[in-house]
Formats: sequence, C-alpha cells, structure tokens
Amino acid sequence: MESRELFLHGSRVPDAGPDGELMTLNMGPQHPSTHGVLRLELKTDGEEVAQVRPHIGYLHRCFEKHCEKLTPPQIVPYTDRMDYLAAMNNNLGFAIACERMMGLEVPEKVEYMRVIVAELNRIASHLIAIGTFGLDMGALTPYFYCFRDREMILDIFEEVCGARLLYNYIWVGGLSHDFQDDTDDKILRFCDHFDKRLDTELNPLLSFNKIFVKRTANVGVMTPEQAWSMGASGPSLRGSGVDFDLRRDDPYSVYDRFQWKVCVGEGLMGTVGDCWDRHWVKVLEMKESVKILRQAVAARPKDGDVKEKVPTRVKLPAGEIYCRTETPRGELGFYIVSSGGNQPERVKVRPPAFCNLSVIDEISRGALIGDVVAILGSLDIVLGEIDR
Amino acid sequence: MDFAALVQHLRAALPDAVLEEHPEAFSPWILVRREALGELALLLRDDPALDFNQLMCLSGAHAPSTDADRLWNVLHLFSVRHGHKLALKVVLDAADPACPSVAGVWATADWHEREAYDMVGITYTGHPDLRRILCPDDWQGHPLRKDYVAPATYNGMPLD
Repeated sequence: MESRELFLHGSRVPDAGPDGELMTLNMGPQHPSTHGVLRLELKTDGEEVAQVRPHIGYLHRCFEKHCEKLTPPQIVPYTDRMDYLAAMNNNLGFAIACERMMGLEVPEKVEYMRVIVAELNRIASHLIAIGTFGLDMGALTPYFYCFRDREMILDIFEEVCGARLLYNYIWVGGLSHDFQDDTDDKILRFCDHFDKRLDTELNPLLSFNKIFVKRTANVGVMTPEQAWSMGASGPSLRGSGVDFDLRRDDPYSVYDRFQWKVCVGEGLMGTVGDCWDRHWVKVLEMKESVKILRQAVAARPKDGDVKEKVPTRVKLPAGEIYCRTETPRGELGFYIVSSGGNQPERVKVRPPAFCNLSVIDEISRGALIGDVVAILGSLDIVLGEIDR
Repeated sequence: MDFAALVQHLRAALPDAVLEEHPEAFSPWILVRREALGELALLLRDDPALDFNQLMCLSGAHAPSTDADRLWNVLHLFSVRHGHKLALKVVLDAADPACPSVAGVWATADWHEREAYDMVGITYTGHPDLRRILCPDDWQGHPLRKDYVAPATYNGMPLD
C-alpha cells in the first residue's frame, strides 16, 4: 500500500539497512511501557523504526464465549473486566444495548446518575492515561498527582456501590444502588478541587513541560484519513482534529441535555494529530466532564427507586443490534444476536483500544525506538479490552 | 438517506448484490451476495451520496442453531458526512467459509477479519495477512463455532 511506505515526516522508510538487513527488536511482552502484556515486534534500521507488528492475545479470557452461557445480568460484571479502568462506561454500553433491544425505558433519575458515574469514570481513566503517559516520558511527579485525584473518585464509587475498580453498578434497567445522602456534595467538592488543580499542577508540570513537549510534539502524527480508515476513535480520533464524539453525534442516555463541547487537537505544540495533541484532548475532555458533572448533579431528580425498572428476568427478544457508546478510549460497540432465549447467541465487542492499537504501525514508521514508547502511551490502550 | 433510500440506491447501482432487506430489525441490515461484497464495499465507500467512511464493526458469528450450519460475516457501516448507518450481512456455508475481504477498502477490517477467522473460522480471500490474532498460532479449531469442543490439553499442558 502506498501510504504504508510514507514516513511521517515525508521521507520514505528504507527497505533495509546498509547491509541489506533490518534488525528485529522485541518490545514486550514484559516491558514497562507496554501498559500490560503486549508484544511489539519492531523492525529497526539502526535507531529508526521501519515496521511495528503488535502481537496481542496474552490476556484473552474468552469473554465472547462466556457470554453465550450467561444471561445479560450475569454478563454485566464480565464487561467490568474488559476495560478495567473505565468499568462504568463498559457497564453502560452493554446495559444500553440490552435496553434498546428490550424497548426498556429507564427512569430519568437513573439516566442522570448513569451520566454522573460515567463522566467520573472518564476523568479517572484519563487521569491514569495521562499519569502513565507522563511516567513513560520520564515525568514521575504528575503521576502521583493524578493518582491522588483519582483516589477521590474511587472513594465516591466505593461509597456508592462498594467497589473501587470493578463496579457491576449499571444494570440492565437501572442501577445496583442509589447514591448516599452526601454523594452529591462529595462530587461537587471533587469538581471544585479538580478544576483548580488541573491548571495549577498538571498542566505546568506536564502538559507544558519543555521535555515532555519535546518528546511528544510532532511525534506519531495521525492524519484524519488514517484515523477514520483504521477505525481510531475517542481522543485518538479527536487528537487528529476530527470533531466527532458519540455523546453528541450519536446521542444516548441524556447527554443531549448538557452544555459542553467536543475537544479536538489543534496542533498547539506541533502538528495536528501528534502525541501531544492526543494528550491535550484528554486534558480538555476532563474539564468538559467536570462541566457535565456539575450540570447533572444540579439537575438530577432525587426521588424514585433506581431498581424500579430492573426486570426480574432479562430476556432479549429475537434479533440483532449494534449499539455504540463513547468510553474514555473511544467507540465501544456491542453486536448482540439473540434468538429469544435466556442467553444471547452471540456477543461481539468492538473495543476502542483494539482499533486504536492497530494504527501504531502506520504512525510509528520512521520514528525512533524511544518514540514508539511515546506513541503507545498516547494511544492509551487497555489490554483487558483488546484481548477480552 | 434513510434505510429504504439506501437500499434503492444500492439496487439501482448493483442490481444483483442485495438479496434481502430487513428494515424492521433493531439495526436494519441487508443480505449481500457473497461474490458481490467487494464491489459493493467499494461503492459504499466511494459513492459521494453514500460515503460510508467508517467501518464501525466487523463481526463473524455462527448463526443461531435455528438456522442450520451457517456462518455470518456482518459489517456495520457509518457515514460521518451523512450520518446514516447500514449493516451488511453475508451468509456462508460452514463447510465453505470463504468470503471476500474488505481490508483493502477499510483498513480497520484487517484486524477484525483476523479475529473473525480466529474465532469462527471465516477464511477471507484477498486478506493481506490472515493469521490468528487472539489465540496462539498453533491453536486448533475456532472457539466460537457452536460445535467447538474445548481441548483437554494444549501442547501437553492440561487446560482444566
């Protein structure tokens, strides 16, 4: 393919080194910057990368096979374990797919609470992405700040549903628990705290740090055409300057009721679609999530039972659906086939990180070996959902 | 375009590609003749009136037990410019699971087709690199086939 031969700064990737051979270098499966058990097989010409072949599947746990033997409420906890950094968003995607098949309307109170937990989880997930990305680039301190703030979110989740990482909170038709009396106050306190810290701590320490900018700007440039064609989504797509977010453009739940904007990369430090842009989009998105949180907490109905509409038996009618939602990493799709029995016939997951990772070969060609670490970090992968 | 207009447009451009239409489904889909998939995919992507620039998902599935021994290759498409969606389905005989690849049309199909090959055993003709992706290369069988029996050992290691 023509585009595969193009080096991101315009020159061409050499077919081979001076002695006619490329060196194979294995990054992973045990490597500190692969964010899990991932093996990248690099073909290098000296320090320059000519090809990246990702080998995935080390964490394959047969999620889709399990689904054929489970009822939808039993599948929800399994979705937690796909993208374990954004379990709420995964629960939400699956619950919405089932509800659309069943024609189930959930109470307004539940919709607002779902948005609140989903946005909190989006911030928590982005904080990990940003913190570990900084860590990959040698910035140790921001990582601790990120984890300190994420801890506040996990405390809220713990209070709400008893779990800190894998929640099983969003059920088909409702939620497992109502908020505590002081949960709203805690969320607002977090918003006040977080808004300030982002601009006074994280950005000066990391986003505008000279070394960090040098390592990430103009590195791993993804064009909008590449992004669409390779199926990139979420911050990886928006980092390339594409103004597209499923929360606005294929709306679900009550996202259409809030005032917020879709953040895109603008090439502030280098080229549109570079690693820095993908990082910056996540920073901006956290601010937008805080905006949504404040509105949702103020507007949410307080009365009613969150389990009111939870069916005693969840039975998906015969048919098939593809339903997608926006998780912190992008488009999470569920393709569900049912023949009307207790268990679905087929559940296929379209994990956002799976498609985002497949881009890495194209955007790494011609970069240095150290840049591959930056590119991988900026794509923000979670191998739990790639391998399922 | 809505679903009816899309189907009409496709039938006019490629008269014998679309075998059935299912507008009543949760995600409306059309049944596509296997041999016509490649041509249809190019039309869907390149016709400005259709402009399906995103392959949202490509799934392989073993059809429900009510439908004999068939495999499904299902594509879910989306057009950002027009905002319309369409699902295509190709039904294959499990004994002859060859299907044209669309990896040359939408690059994202590369990995998705590898996964469908790995999981249900659809062999994509024209795929640039059809290898297993989630299971090890020397794995036997396709785990999401309904008649799949989990092996007791893998390379001498017990799997229980």
